[in-house]
Amino acid sequence: MSLRFSIDLPKIPIGQFVSDIVDWIEANLGWLLDGITEVLRFLLNGFQDILSFLPPLAMVPILGILIFLITRRDIHLSLLSVAGLLLIWNLQLWDQAMMTLSLVIASTIIALLLGIPIGILAANNDSVNTVVRVLLDFMQTMPSFVYLIPAVIFFSLGNVPGMIATVVFAMPPAIRLTNLGIRQIPIELIEVSDAFGATPRQKLIMVQLPVAMPTIMAGVNQCIMLALSMVVIASMIGAGGLGYQVLVGIQRVDIAMGFEAGLAIVVIAIILDRITQGLIKAEKPRE
Amino acid sequence: MDDDYEPEVLIEVQNLSKIFGGKPERALQMLRDGKTKDEILEKTGQTVGLNNISFQVFRGEIFVLMGLSGCGKSTLLRCLNRLIDPTEGSIVIGGDDIVAMNDDEIREFRRTKAGMIFQNFALLPHRNVLDNVAFGLEIQGINLEERHTKAGEALKMVGLAGYEQSMPDQLSGGMKQRVGLARALASDAEILLMDEAFSALDPLIRRDMQDELVELQERLNKTIIFVTHDLDEALKLGSRIALMKDGKIIQVGTSEEILMNPSNDYVERFVADVDMTRVLTAQDVMKKADPIISCRSGPRLAARLMKEYGISSLFVVTQHRQLKGIVFIDDVVEAVKKDLTTLEEIVINDLTTIDLTTPLGDIIPIIADSKYPLPVVDQDGKLKGIIVRGSVLSALARKESEPIVA
Repeated sequence: MSLRFSIDLPKIPIGQFVSDIVDWIEANLGWLLDGITEVLRFLLNGFQDILSFLPPLAMVPILGILIFLITRRDIHLSLLSVAGLLLIWNLQLWDQAMMTLSLVIASTIIALLLGIPIGILAANNDSVNTVVRVLLDFMQTMPSFVYLIPAVIFFSLGNVPGMIATVVFAMPPAIRLTNLGIRQIPIELIEVSDAFGATPRQKLIMVQLPVAMPTIMAGVNQCIMLALSMVVIASMIGAGGLGYQVLVGIQRVDIAMGFEAGLAIVVIAIILDRITQGLIKAEKPRE
Repeated sequence: MDDDYEPEVLIEVQNLSKIFGGKPERALQMLRDGKTKDEILEKTGQTVGLNNISFQVFRGEIFVLMGLSGCGKSTLLRCLNRLIDPTEGSIVIGGDDIVAMNDDEIREFRRTKAGMIFQNFALLPHRNVLDNVAFGLEIQGINLEERHTKAGEALKMVGLAGYEQSMPDQLSGGMKQRVGLARALASDAEILLMDEAFSALDPLIRRDMQDELVELQERLNKTIIFVTHDLDEALKLGSRIALMKDGKIIQVGTSEEILMNPSNDYVERFVADVDMTRVLTAQDVMKKADPIISCRSGPRLAARLMKEYGISSLFVVTQHRQLKGIVFIDDVVEAVKKDLTTLEEIVINDLTTIDLTTPLGDIIPIIADSKYPLPVVDQDGKLKGIIVRGSVLSALARKESEPIVA
């Protein structure tokens, strides 16, 4: 009897509570959500237009040369990249690959634009650091899948919510490694800038950022790789590109289609990783 | 160390205290009541960094802050340019109260008045040598061309011309610290704050750098506050030395004063194992050169002097006491026999001479091999005194503060 009584306790209305909040946000902050959507769509379309401006066979050598220049004459990587891109073209996944690449680039840029300043703030202010660290720890315990839920709630389906989830998912390493890079600068170097009368701004630009740059670049690398993995997962809420091909492959149990799209993702992942790894090495002080 | 001019006070520190910790009032009060550092730490959890420090630094001197690690010497140095804010007290530099300055004023002070040199060099790893030296000038907003010119000049001063484009990690420790020195010199600040500047260098390089600092100082006449834990270094560089312990200054004085009159047991123990061969120089151990003989005199006078003083060699000088050479008894006797009228034929000009500032340690091996006393000359080659084996030994054996010069 008493057992039954305890089961009759009223349920805590968490779901209702959250639903009310969401309703309130949609009613009152709709303009903000629309604004974010417009900016993201503009950015995404911009990169997509650039990447699909020329036919694939013209684009491949251009990308090859670009990689050659960015990596400071890494001929092996450039040739490998050209081969990989030709393979993607041959698999007839070029358009999807460029879509994925646009999503990754646009999302990464936003993640870095938000993440690096937050990292700088956290490095220079202990209270900000505490708050940020708690938030990041919390975020990292959540499965990446869960990020899709708020994105869908506020931005419905499509590329834009995919980007939102990607930005949120890819931002933590940029924050963490910027913070770490600045905090591990030897105290004497900070003292040097103070002792010679640098303003906080001069200290940041002339000492903190350049000295922390190798670590920050490691954060950029992580950010890009996480963005790629999330862009693929975001196909479940309607983001386009190679991820969508994989998803369709899974749904139709079409092994050939799924494998080819997966292979294309691997090629892009390797190219992006090698480029940014090269940049990290270039940033390290020379022998 | 000329005594003929009245030293001008450039830095005046009065009743300076520093408490590390949140609310210093209670700790300060306890400090005034004469409680010790340990008692205060136990009662309030706050650390006393500096305890009621007062001293003056004169324009153009090398003022050494010395003490063991944790004695507060680096804290005191950092108070002088407010890298650390003192809790109480005043620091007046060239008429301006540093402690009262606001952020902009202290920034201006740091840019133009006081350069700093760090123990671990603190060079920016992403900049080449020239841009490292130009760092302070860049902060001041000086344009690229001018700051590269000035930085180049500063590099030349420290003997690193030609290394402008090298990166810091291509340089040896000694060269890195030269860059650090050049960076502080480039902004032409009057005051140099040197924090254990040579402590990270190996002993030989350290000695070279000390010599070079002394030489630079003679040319540039900066006011240098030099922090070190090495007494030998302090004695070698310091015009005056402040010995610190537990955040307090125990004794301030010239190296001579500190060595000869240690103000308490602590100082005495500190100076007990000083290597006297590095502290004492030729001018401390030399004897008066007497007799000497003019180059115009003849061998007969030389022979008489030698007989009278019972010596077998005699230094020959010009009218202006310029050292000409030495004559030995055998040659003098020979010359008398031959009836020569001057000493010119028998003077031996090829002599080992010693500088006034040569440390005793360097003199010992020379005198051990020498068959005659060593002449000590000044920069103009004038004979200032002589060193015989006996005077070296007696200087080393000396216990009390008795005068060394006989």
